[in-house]
Amino acid sequence: MDSGVNLQIKGVRDGLLIAVGEGEWPAVLSAILDHIDARLAFFKGARLTLEVGNRVLHAAELGTLRDRLSDRGVTLWAILSSSPVTEQTAQVLGLATRIHAPRPAERERERERERERPASFRPLDTNLEGDNAILVQRTLRSGFRVASHAHIIVLGDVNPGAEVSAGGNIIVWGRLRGNVHAGMDGNENAVVCALELMPTQLRIADMVISLPGRRGKIQPEMLSLRNGQVVIEPWNPKEK
Amino acid sequence: MAAHVVTISSGKGGVGKTTTTANIAVALAMGGQKVACIDADIGLRNLDLILGLENRIVYDLVDVVEGRCRIRQAMIRDKRLPELYLIPSAQTRDKSAVSPSDMVRLCDELRQEVDWILIDSPAGIERGFRNAMAPADMVVVVTNPEVSAVRDADRVIGLVEAEEKGPARLVLNRLNPVMVKRGDMLAPDDVLELLAVELIGIVPEDDTVVVSTNRGQPVAMDAKSRAGQAFQNIARRLKGEQVPFMDLDEKKGVLGWLSRIARAGGD
Repeated sequence: MDSGVNLQIKGVRDGLLIAVGEGEWPAVLSAILDHIDARLAFFKGARLTLEVGNRVLHAAELGTLRDRLSDRGVTLWAILSSSPVTEQTAQVLGLATRIHAPRPAERERERERERERPASFRPLDTNLEGDNAILVQRTLRSGFRVASHAHIIVLGDVNPGAEVSAGGNIIVWGRLRGNVHAGMDGNENAVVCALELMPTQLRIADMVISLPGRRGKIQPEMLSLRNGQVVIEPWNPKEK
Repeated sequence: MAAHVVTISSGKGGVGKTTTTANIAVALAMGGQKVACIDADIGLRNLDLILGLENRIVYDLVDVVEGRCRIRQAMIRDKRLPELYLIPSAQTRDKSAVSPSDMVRLCDELRQEVDWILIDSPAGIERGFRNAMAPADMVVVVTNPEVSAVRDADRVIGLVEAEEKGPARLVLNRLNPVMVKRGDMLAPDDVLELLAVELIGIVPEDDTVVVSTNRGQPVAMDAKSRAGQAFQNIARRLKGEQVPFMDLDEKKGVLGWLSRIARAGGD
């Protein structure tokens, strides 16, 4: 490549992934755009994930990139970075910062890399990184909508007529009576938890689940899919 | 004097916004307050009918906003009560004739003159609703004990919260205690559980409301009507008084109903 920036293009479950090598950001930006311009027919309509390594990128840079890409009919939807600053910037712009769990082979490679890493660099095993989630600290009334590719936690009720869509899990600390869609990017392992699980409609991945009139006493419950079957488990502190 | 601007809204149509506005206004005016009602439902003018002031309209809200008259000229004084005024809406125009900032300006001018400004919002959540909401210090949401009205009330309450107009207050209109007792109608507790706002009044379903509406004689003027009493209580709660909720139990409901039939037949 003339600009000397190394770009690796992969197909992932959510679209295309471009892993960016070393280089100054302006050079990288023009390399990406040149690359896409040269293969416009291939990229048109694509959903793009960009892996930028540990680069620190600010909102203006990511915003420009997103706009330039959308000029070309390419949707930028995720930024993968090991820099917390870049991750935060991406989240502010509404971009995802995680994609689906890497395939087993990749995971194996990652583990190998982990093992090769000197012990001093390895974080303590008890420090968990956790996943990204957004917190909504209010009751969602009819007509309100929250959507995120991460997990969503609502501290309040979700009333009928409100919608919550998450790429991951949905947890409602309150009454859930509206429409929820967990694992909207196709994640069948997503779960929905609520203190009162009485949704108008509930979806996990591509499966639409309508719960018949709830019986019995109202209690906190978790709903998940197991082998395509809907499983609702009460949360019983005595059993834990 | 600095008036309280109260907007009465509901989202859904036909739940009794205009009736509630007229009756709260009458009840406040009967209590010696100086009250101005503004009908913000441009194109579907109704408040003048319910107050029985239709034949006295010369200038309307749009005339004031477009500078064809002074605000004083558009204020129709109700002759039955010392200090009740109506600014009617225009019938031949639509919601786009007025902007939210026009409403704010108009209310600011009016604030010095009266104790209460009640704005009757149109149904829906579009332009007319925005106009009615813009000058509000407080929003009263009217709903009926039925799922569609409650759903729309929830939407409006959400919009009121988003506009930071303070927590909305709720009036539950046309409650039928007999049906609630039978389990055929949403009970006040069911409605409140969902909406989670302060309840300032429950108005029982009452035939006298229809009669009084048709006559242009708001039911709050009728001391014997239970709905009228309920509106009187709402007005007192708006003024900050602690008023216990009316006893709506079945026996009284039936007796009241019988006496209403007797009265309607006697007229």
